[in-house]
Amino acid sequence: MKVALFIPCYIDAIYPEAGIATHELLERFGVEVVYPLNQTCCGQPMANEGDNANSAAAEQLFVENFKGFDYIVGPAGSCVKHVRQHFDAIPQTEAVTQVRNNTWELVEFLHDVLGVSAFPWAYFRYKASLHNSCSSIRGLHIAQPSEHMGPYFNKSEKLLQMVEGLELVQLDRPDECCGFGGTFCVTDEAVSARMGLDRIHDYLRHEAEFIISPDMSCLMHQQGIARKAGMHLKFIHIAQVLNGGPF
Amino acid sequence: MSSKRVDVAANAAAFIDKDDIHEPFHDEHLWAARMKRDAAARAVPEWEALRDLASQIKAHTLTHLDHYLELFEANATRHGAKVYWARDAAEHNQHVLDILSSRNINSVIKSKSMLQEECNMTAFLETRGITVTESDLGERIQQLDNQPPSHIVMPAIHKTAGDIAEIFAKAIGTDPNNADPQYLTEAMRQDARQRFLKAGAGMTGANFAIAETGSFVVCTNEGNADIGASVPPVHIASIGIEKLLPKVQDLGIFIRLLSRSALGTLATQYTSHFTGPRNGGELHIILTDNGRSKRLGLPDFWHSLKCIRCGACMNTCPVYRRSGGLAYGATYSGPIGIILDPTFDESKYSELPYHSTLCGSCTEVCPVKIDISDQILKWRKVMAEKKYLPISRRLAFGAAGKVFEHPGLFHGAETAASAAMKITPHFLLYNRSLNPWGRHRELPHFAKQTFREWYLQYKQPDKEPSPKEL
Ligand code: SF4
Repeated sequence: MKVALFIPCYIDAIYPEAGIATHELLERFGVEVVYPLNQTCCGQPMANEGDNANSAAAEQLFVENFKGFDYIVGPAGSCVKHVRQHFDAIPQTEAVTQVRNNTWELVEFLHDVLGVSAFPWAYFRYKASLHNSCSSIRGLHIAQPSEHMGPYFNKSEKLLQMVEGLELVQLDRPDECCGFGGTFCVTDEAVSARMGLDRIHDYLRHEAEFIISPDMSCLMHQQGIARKAGMHLKFIHIAQVLNGGPF
Repeated sequence: MSSKRVDVAANAAAFIDKDDIHEPFHDEHLWAARMKRDAAARAVPEWEALRDLASQIKAHTLTHLDHYLELFEANATRHGAKVYWARDAAEHNQHVLDILSSRNINSVIKSKSMLQEECNMTAFLETRGITVTESDLGERIQQLDNQPPSHIVMPAIHKTAGDIAEIFAKAIGTDPNNADPQYLTEAMRQDARQRFLKAGAGMTGANFAIAETGSFVVCTNEGNADIGASVPPVHIASIGIEKLLPKVQDLGIFIRLLSRSALGTLATQYTSHFTGPRNGGELHIILTDNGRSKRLGLPDFWHSLKCIRCGACMNTCPVYRRSGGLAYGATYSGPIGIILDPTFDESKYSELPYHSTLCGSCTEVCPVKIDISDQILKWRKVMAEKKYLPISRRLAFGAAGKVFEHPGLFHGAETAASAAMKITPHFLLYNRSLNPWGRHRELPHFAKQTFREWYLQYKQPDKEPSPKEL
């Protein structure tokens, strides 16, 4: 199986270890991984601002880079959600539709497509908490949203439960938004920072040492707040835990 | 109405920075309501099916609204009510004034109605010499403090008992140091009772209006609407035209959803049905449009007319809980406010759609399945297209767009360490300056090697990038 790897800009520049772990993890499952070199951004930040003109160019480039692949996998729920659900600043040609339909978030790809049942190489002897992003939960349905009265499921939790040694702690508000929200985190900084701080206190109340997420952007915001407040929490992408590093 | 742009982010910041009490109190109380809602909803196995059904009934009614309105009018008239039509707030208020003045009524007792808030009715009547007294406790607190409701179900939820003690001390002479809820409620009861008994007319809104019977339903927890409707001889009901339901049998679905969604209770304490005037009394019904038919014509936004004003989207909204409702500077706050307010004034409320993380919780919680979060995003597109955004915000995005459009520019900016620090706020944070990020957060550290460099080094050692690819 051949997979095109989509590494969002901020993972490329700030959290390359999350990208490396994703690459290695997919290879461990026998997948052939290709990284199209000319990729930049999926256009989400501009689209979320309502700025269609500027998101169109980024979307077009994304399609150029990723067309023709059966699977496009990215370790970032909100970017994948954008491609799949809101990628409409450009005409919906066959190539665009094909790219949109074939783009997967890492957790759902492991869970739904590869159907993995073990990570024999992974050990993680810590108390940790899971932060699924809102885009992943309510957009991609990788977990049952707490508002919705259907049966419980949580794909990232299920994968993490296969990791030896890992103890997942439950939170008071398990899927409350952390306040990142893309540009919201700067244009609405007071509310954003308060939401992030409340989230961090929830982790601390339950004695989590690590925060694990399939979406590094939420963690970037939370990590910044925790560091500023002098709190010693560690934030890490789920790919790194499932792959057993790099840390 | 002034159309100065509401700076909702600044207002929210002021609420948070006010002290260490109000915002945490607001957040916790509304979150508790959300938790009670979850428990109540979970106890109904067919909850999700009920939401679907309610949404479909509303869609059907709204797409046949002319028919149901006429049916309602005919049936209400048949039962002896007098029905008026109001195109906008001015017509609504004029009808009320005409009814009152022709009967020499100068004192009114009213039960909370968001439509009357929309119409700014109280101020209109008071400047014309008519005393208006709110009968809902929370709303009365807001009235005494000269503030609009901050939440559609719990209008004074942003106030602590201490705040209320202070207001009551000034307004009705209670002990400013006694913030015991029992004491304050009783004091208010004694004060308001006299006004209730003397009022010449009672005003209510309506939660639902039934076309088949011409009756309407008012849901309250204090029974205050019932005093207004049964003590004074004249009852005036302000009903938004979107409140219609076709049949009595539809009601059960909505009654089951409303109170569970709002406060997590099985039903409101009082669910009163009014069909025609009571013996010897008068019933006046003002069917009011005030922008609703215009909204019905907006393909992206008409679903917002399904709203039953339960407030669940506000209770669940993590942004609303921190901001307080007054920050929105509008009749409606929270997620439902964000999608309704711009239909009243696009320019004034152009910042509201940005006051959301698009987390989607409102959409999942809404009992009538309004796609609130998607509508918020669609409103952003309207604001951007119509150039309501501040120029600084638009320029930052132009720059970000250029960087993302050109891989060479992007990777160049990214790999040059000093340039990267300079461009960070633009391509990562899309912001005017580093300050807003840095005030509450440490900046992320740039990695020594990007993922792309790692890939080229370890995964494609024999394939050096051609200049074209850079
Ligand atoms: S939008 Fe939905 S959740 Fe919000 S107040 Fe209206 S009915 Fe309730």
